[in-house]
Amino acid sequence: MPLRIANAAGFLGDNLDAPRRLVESAQVDYLTIEHLAELTLSILARQREKNPAEGYTADFLDVLTSITAPLSQQPQLKIITNAGGMNPVSCAQRAEKILTAAGLGDIPIGVVTGDDLLPRLEELLAAGCEFRNLDTGEPLSAFRSPLSASVVSANAYLSARPIAEALSGKARLVITGRVADASLTLGPAMQEFGWRWDDWNRLAAASVAGHLIECGAQVTGGYSVDWKNYDLTNVGYPIAELESDGSAVITKPASSGGAVNRRTVIEQLVYEIGDPRHYLTPDVDCDFTTVEVEETVSDRVAVRGATGRPATDTYKVSLAYRDGYMASGQLLVYGHDCVDKAKACGEVILKKVEQAGFKLARTNIELLGAGAGVPGAWFWRKYQPPGEVVLRVTAHDPRREAVERFSKELAPLITSGPAGLAGYASGRPLVRPVFAYWPTLVPKELVPATVEVRKAKEWAL
Amino acid sequence: MSTAKKTVKVGELASARSGDKGNHANIGVVARDEASYEILLSRLTAVRVQDYFRELGVTRVERFELPKVQALNFLLYDALAGGASRSLRIDTQGKLLGTSLLDLVLVVEAGE
Repeated sequence: MPLRIANAAGFLGDNLDAPRRLVESAQVDYLTIEHLAELTLSILARQREKNPAEGYTADFLDVLTSITAPLSQQPQLKIITNAGGMNPVSCAQRAEKILTAAGLGDIPIGVVTGDDLLPRLEELLAAGCEFRNLDTGEPLSAFRSPLSASVVSANAYLSARPIAEALSGKARLVITGRVADASLTLGPAMQEFGWRWDDWNRLAAASVAGHLIECGAQVTGGYSVDWKNYDLTNVGYPIAELESDGSAVITKPASSGGAVNRRTVIEQLVYEIGDPRHYLTPDVDCDFTTVEVEETVSDRVAVRGATGRPATDTYKVSLAYRDGYMASGQLLVYGHDCVDKAKACGEVILKKVEQAGFKLARTNIELLGAGAGVPGAWFWRKYQPPGEVVLRVTAHDPRREAVERFSKELAPLITSGPAGLAGYASGRPLVRPVFAYWPTLVPKELVPATVEVRKAKEWAL
Repeated sequence: MSTAKKTVKVGELASARSGDKGNHANIGVVARDEASYEILLSRLTAVRVQDYFRELGVTRVERFELPKVQALNFLLYDALAGGASRSLRIDTQGKLLGTSLLDLVLVVEAGE
């Protein structure tokens, strides 16, 4: 019997019913819930700042509540999630309430911590970590001190090892903070197959399977240019069936919508990658160019041939820093002259902000419906000019008050602007803080992971 | 001696999807068949792709080949005007680039 690992969330905000629908329609050994995009942790860090008991993804608690019945009916079912975010312990404490209420207080919960480097930044800098930006080469010390005034989150992408360790401690629910997405799948494979941690080809094989399912429905028909062929309303979420030799089949629950075919799998293989010869995870350096993909029967695609090389001695770190404020407002502009009219309105808005004494650091005027999606690549320029466009104006500035003033300059156009504008009802644009992204590395030896497994009821506050 | 030429859109030869890697974007292009892959391999160069997206401010394009699955991966450096959090564009994550690339027109021999 192959090891069946499913994924039913590819980001925080993914469909809330997908996990329940998946475990109700297919028997799997592991259900993974992936909730952390590059910048999700900076948002969760702000939540924890406001309330020390928060900082995990609240959506996961809704998901867990929805699958307590399958959890009690299917003894093989285990859950692995990075929904712990900035606060895996609090997440476990909240999960405990849900499990206990469902009579599942004896389920062991494993909590993985150690990825959060924010409290350790000064110490790590003192130890010689420069946290150089992977793109620019700039060291973190380029920030004005104190660092705590700028940096909101800094998390290492932990590996599959602490997940496998939690599973070997009998955890049925593993809650982590930042781990590499592919490690959510490799962890259970290591636990079930007992592979050696230097069996690079097998580590690569399971990591490829993890990469293929980590974005949920993107491998089962989502994000496809062939969308007309698929029932996306009922799209099934993916299941990877792993064999002990490392080969895998990607599939989805019977009778679900979407599709798994050569194209959906290959498109996802090359999704958000750089050099396919070196797809780096904390566990292994994977070579995607040796991977072969074969559609065996309908909705079943075999993936084999991945090769791996030793992992690097660093963890990737995703660091976010405060970078001022941003707001974006939209208005519908109608009429034969809508393109010129929309541009003029955008300029009026920005001039009004300037008259109020604020020269905004960065601004952008876009005409949605007139080529703003991909500036310059106007494939549709051969078409007639549109009869209406959405004017979108965006401003970014270090000063909150400057962006707030900007947010107040759209509404006056109701009476002072030209005829043919609509869409004021949504109110003033929201002013939000910007957290910019600083990709960097940290030596693995400086970042120990901690694993703690206890029965759910023993996590109670 | 002149050979007959015809034009073909990338979208007739392949599907594509794109995404973000910080301030960079990638576009995976998956050929519809072996013959299409050969055309893409010879015609859809990194230079063509960089030129097509020049107004985005792309500084460099790297092309990678995955012959076993007949796919190409393009890495577009600095394509996202600051990336997911800082970009002022509607498409902060480069989600539209793949769909856009399908409209790039290639010139091929009539027999290809």
